[in-house]
Amino acid sequence: MKYIDDFRDPATAKALIERIRRDAGDAPVRLMEVCGTHTVAIARGGIRPLLSGAVTMLSGPGCPVCVTPDGYIDAAIALGRDRGALLASFGDMLRVPGKSSSLEKEKGTGLEVRVVYSPLDAVTLAAATPDREVVFLGVGFETTAPAIGGAIKTAAVRGVRNFSVLSSVRTIPEAMGVLASDPDVRIEGFLCPAHVSVVIGTDAYRPVAETYGIPCVVAGFEPLDILLGISMLLRQKKEGVARVENEYSRVATSSGNRKAQELIRDVFVPCDTGWRGIGVIPGSGLRIADRYAPFDAEKKLGIPVVFAQEKTACRCGDVLKGKILPVDCPLFGKACVPEEPYGPCMVSSEGSCAAYYKYGAL
Amino acid sequence: MCLGVPAKILETGDGAAVVELGGVRREISVMLVDDVSVGEWVIVHAGFAIEKLSEEEAEQTLALFREIAGADESRNR
Ligand code: SF4
Ligand code: SF4
Repeated sequence: MKYIDDFRDPATAKALIERIRRDAGDAPVRLMEVCGTHTVAIARGGIRPLLSGAVTMLSGPGCPVCVTPDGYIDAAIALGRDRGALLASFGDMLRVPGKSSSLEKEKGTGLEVRVVYSPLDAVTLAAATPDREVVFLGVGFETTAPAIGGAIKTAAVRGVRNFSVLSSVRTIPEAMGVLASDPDVRIEGFLCPAHVSVVIGTDAYRPVAETYGIPCVVAGFEPLDILLGISMLLRQKKEGVARVENEYSRVATSSGNRKAQELIRDVFVPCDTGWRGIGVIPGSGLRIADRYAPFDAEKKLGIPVVFAQEKTACRCGDVLKGKILPVDCPLFGKACVPEEPYGPCMVSSEGSCAAYYKYGAL
Repeated sequence: MCLGVPAKILETGDGAAVVELGGVRREISVMLVDDVSVGEWVIVHAGFAIEKLSEEEAEQTLALFREIAGADESRNR
């Protein structure tokens, strides 16, 4: 298909890999792919071994499933169990562990959870079941935020009053700032998420590039996008500069999608929020604005999301910060496998541990 | 879940459009993008088109790829 196959040409890939190897220098350059979709594309494309010795790709915190704290899952279960809500969720949330259970386990004992593809489907579900409160489990980053905001606005306009959202929406640049300033991680370049950037615009990373002196390149998800993105990062390093560049110009612009940004500003307000394994990052969350309080499940149904740092043997936090690779976790492939995940990075198909497990411990 | 995918617009309607996704026709919301027309490409995420794909910019990136591949061939000669 045009615009997909074109970005997979093997001859160009080979040329880019040679270029990356020439530019890399002696020690492997430490780059972080922030987004879970990049992690999977890199694993699926077998890119890591092709670059070994030249570039070390660290997987970042860009998977909402992985960073959703267990307190959120507990609140979701309580909404279903104690408040009788009908839960609507993206499929990959079901197996994420809470403190003592998961939505999937609870579903087996009667909790009602419907998997939906779009937050709008949850509004439709609410309209069709007027006697039940339908709570959408709103997780994600700036890519999902406008869709969740759009669903809330649609419910408001249509007068669907039995719809609300349990929000755990997060913003990426703040998390990148935290990782950039961590001396243990030593990131030398960020491969920035493609679709988050489509919404927020590539300029959003300028503070990261300028404050921490770390090159940032927004890259698409096809193999050639990723390789060119990596090559652009290495060229910046070689030139001794740190700026924001855009490999994904066919979709992402410097200022982003203004309609989507307006919608986010209308429906949400920035807040501090807890990330599983990482802790609270100031200003990195989006809560539902007071004017939409009737659609805020926490307020409406009186079950708040409580964040507490997890006490667990899972080393997701270190994986998400790029401090260790999944294979360095003592549970990897033993007590923790995709069929029976111990930690969240093994749950979602785009989690780092799952990608390493599925495509080989590269 | 965070997977945005490119899709071609097959039909347009009031705030909605029909695209083909993974072999299935699906209605999506186009409230986040300025008017789309049939034949245009958009990136779809969670049931919403989040942006249009610029064919012109795509061609430019592809031209750059051809240049890189070509440059490397001549270097290896
Ligand atoms: S695993 Fe799911 S949540 Fe994580 S990046 Fe991916 S799609 Fe998004
Ligand atoms: S292998 Fe499992 S336990 Fe270890 S960090 Fe990954 S998800 Fe956590």
